[in-house]
Amino acid sequence: MGKVVVVTSGKGGVGKTTSTAALGAAVAKTGKKVALVDFDVGLRNLDLIMGAERRVVFDLVNVIQGQAKLSQALIRDKRVDTLFLLPASQTRDKDALTEDGVGEVIDKLRSVFDYVFCDSPAGIERGAQLAMRFADEAVIVTNPEVSSVRDSDRIIGLLDARTMRAEQGEQIAKHVLVTRYDAARAARGEMLSIDDVLEILSVPLLGIIPESQDVLRASNLGSPVTLSEPLNNAAKAYLEAARRLEGEDLPVVVPFERKGFLDRLLGRRAA
Amino acid sequence: MSILDLFKRRTSAPVARERLQVLLAYERRSRGQPDLVSILREEIMAVIAKHVQIDQDYLQVSMDRGETMSTLEIDIQIPNKSAVPLAMAG
Repeated sequence: MGKVVVVTSGKGGVGKTTSTAALGAAVAKTGKKVALVDFDVGLRNLDLIMGAERRVVFDLVNVIQGQAKLSQALIRDKRVDTLFLLPASQTRDKDALTEDGVGEVIDKLRSVFDYVFCDSPAGIERGAQLAMRFADEAVIVTNPEVSSVRDSDRIIGLLDARTMRAEQGEQIAKHVLVTRYDAARAARGEMLSIDDVLEILSVPLLGIIPESQDVLRASNLGSPVTLSEPLNNAAKAYLEAARRLEGEDLPVVVPFERKGFLDRLLGRRAA
Repeated sequence: MSILDLFKRRTSAPVARERLQVLLAYERRSRGQPDLVSILREEIMAVIAKHVQIDQDYLQVSMDRGETMSTLEIDIQIPNKSAVPLAMAG
């Protein structure tokens, strides 16, 4: 039985889709069978980030409504042959998803794949709740910034209350993935530090993805950064996060920025 | 205070951390509980409606949370009885 991982955040624009693609591709590269499911019905984007936007024929809603078989809707990645995408519908709205329908699709995927990554829409409404409903684990994508941390806290509350596992009295394994981390700004005390975020959310850390132009370039090219540029810092951080997700005990190194000459001269201290 | 202090930038991250800690402590406590302000509003409305007829819009209930003390502000506007016929006459 495969593991179902929801990638969620509450707040929009923090990097859920990018992280779903990067983590999923990283796990698939190790030979595991991975399915990425886009739950953002009406505003799908995972297909674009994966570079599969022209290959979408059927989608999640078609499968749920019986217009297509699951095998017809799954798109095999051209770079990694154990990586598959189940796109969201672009024309329907999120009411087209039913809990029973989603549950059936997830069950089928779970029986075939080692990992099922559910890319949640932003917000805390129906779409986001369905994306997390059947998850065994959650990756909470957070930017070191007040509104993102607050929304993450809200999502953590939902994960502990509204998921199938929570309702059955089981634990859902939660991990925080800090994205868009700027070591220089954190060192100057202008950005919440990793310790701040972890202390506030009290959820273990999966990884720290540094703010990087390479991530944008990967999106432009339609390739997960872990596939297109595996040697750059953001990709390395995603690859390590994926190994931790698979249970490896790998320490997280906080990106460090040496203080500039001016900072030392003026005695600016990191807080 | 040395001249160099003038160039020191006050860092904002500690302020962010503190604000979040206070806010989230409150939000976690009230999670899953019905909204206190709207309950108060409804019940106050019911009590007043027993004696005076007022419109929903004339009752304002707001809460300002402080660190050690919170204030509940209730603003009720009751139209004067005499104002009604006057307005009708005008």
